[in-house]
Amino acid sequence: MAKAGSKLKIDGNGKPLWLVLELTYRCPLKCPWCNNPLDFDELKNELTTEEWKKVLRDARAIGSLQLGFSGGEPMLRPDLEELVDEGNRLGYYTNLITSGMGLSKDRLSELKRCGLKQIQLSLQHSNREKNDIMVGVQSHDEKMAVIEEIKAQGFPVVLNVPLSRYNIEAVDDIIDMAARTGVEYIEFANIQYYNWALLNRAALLPTREQIEYAEARVNEARKRLGNKPTIYFVVPDYFDGRPKACMNGWGAIHLTIAPDGSALPCQEAQVMEGVDFPNVRDNDLGWIWRESPAFEMYRGDAWMKKPCVDCDEKEKDFGGCRCQAYLLTGDATNTDPACSKSRHFDIIQSAVAAARITSGPQMPLVMRSRGAINGKMRLIRP
Amino acid sequence: MTLSNTPFNPLDRPAINPLFLFRWEEQEQAYLLLYPEGIIKLNDSAGNILNLCDGERTMESIIAELKVLFGADDIDGDIYNFMEVARGKGWIKAED
Ligand SMILES: C[S@@+](CC[C@H](N)C(=O)[O-])C[C@H]1O[C@@H](n2cnc3c(N)ncnc32)[C@H](O)[C@@H]1O
Ligand code: SF4
Ligand code: SF4
Repeated sequence: MAKAGSKLKIDGNGKPLWLVLELTYRCPLKCPWCNNPLDFDELKNELTTEEWKKVLRDARAIGSLQLGFSGGEPMLRPDLEELVDEGNRLGYYTNLITSGMGLSKDRLSELKRCGLKQIQLSLQHSNREKNDIMVGVQSHDEKMAVIEEIKAQGFPVVLNVPLSRYNIEAVDDIIDMAARTGVEYIEFANIQYYNWALLNRAALLPTREQIEYAEARVNEARKRLGNKPTIYFVVPDYFDGRPKACMNGWGAIHLTIAPDGSALPCQEAQVMEGVDFPNVRDNDLGWIWRESPAFEMYRGDAWMKKPCVDCDEKEKDFGGCRCQAYLLTGDATNTDPACSKSRHFDIIQSAVAAARITSGPQMPLVMRSRGAINGKMRLIRP
Repeated sequence: MTLSNTPFNPLDRPAINPLFLFRWEEQEQAYLLLYPEGIIKLNDSAGNILNLCDGERTMESIIAELKVLFGADDIDGDIYNFMEVARGKGWIKAED
């Protein structure tokens, strides 16, 4: 996930240090904020085990070190253990990013044996009913059992709690639950508005008051509990007046491979229509990373316009997120509208203002599910 | 971190925190520490010190080996300091 201030202690030197494999877009849950593509169900040709292994080898050869298995739900791939084993053998630091669904005791011990280093589990609410309504599937009990099992097998527990209007009031309860069960880390991930989250933004976006409330509760808990658990909370770009340093810059240190082998500078990049993302099935990964037009497109700052090009903060945030600029202003070379210096800043401000008036229980959400979206309408627009 | 605050003593056996992956990286020509949120490229001396923190060697024997490796004699204080810093950062823990 795009995140402000990842602690990078090594200069990328042009290497894709962070590799994320989205093994599948299939998933048993239906999170209405999911950042997977809206047309995820049209993707049928996932890479095979051997193709993924080749990606692992090729990415190591160009300098990747951190490896995340994500999706969709990576547990749906029966070859996950085999891929973790290969990743570990090649010298990666292996991370699993999972909803916990299907993470049985047996698979967990096999993953441990294969050298998996850490597991990040997503949880939506401390209350069972509310959690299950939010993701559209009974899953809370299973997730809680998985937390126990992760601990039992000697992994630290890292909880990812995607924050929206629907669970922000539960920050205290979630922290208490985590402290009680011995969870080591909680990341309150303020939802970022792409794909399903953008579709449902009017219903999900918290108010400024709610963000302030959550931040205050987190600070209070840090004082009270110290680092048990360690709590991460970053004020989201919508409320900050500055964009996030998305991916540390396009094509700088991050490489995502989508289930069908498309190589992306960031998980969200497929939202950009008209960019031809190269595929590992057709192209050499070294060429893809170093030379392909898609990765060169917004690398460095040659693409920048005003105000970014003259701005003394451009080394800090690289002009923000290209995908957000594209989605909200129609042009990826615009300044990210989350920046108060952007002439499109009103787009963000009005969404934040609207969060106050549209809040209410009557707002319906579109669940992430097959056939929920008609993405073809635009093609027949006169 | 739940690590104890008593200073290292000569018979402690420092070990890399199991959350971290410590290894030589050919492409960087350096030792690395990999952990959930990041990557640390170690300088030569830090890398060589951590390389001996295998949970088997005692502080005493680590320092003796480093004296040979670095070709220097008066390093005890520096090594103890480094170990405390490394423990403070959560890179290593002491086993006895
Ligand atoms: C897309 S999921 C894929 C892996 C797995 N299905 C899971 O839920 O952990 C990866 C992570 O992104 C988080 N996430 C999903 N949508 C998000 C969004 N719009 N903004 C921020 N985080 C999001 C999830 O909570 C999860 O921790
Ligand atoms: S965020 Fe939810 S819907 Fe999306 S992949 Fe993860 S569990 Fe599935
Ligand atoms: S103008 Fe551009 S570079 Fe300057 S702070 Fe805003 S987004 Fe960043």
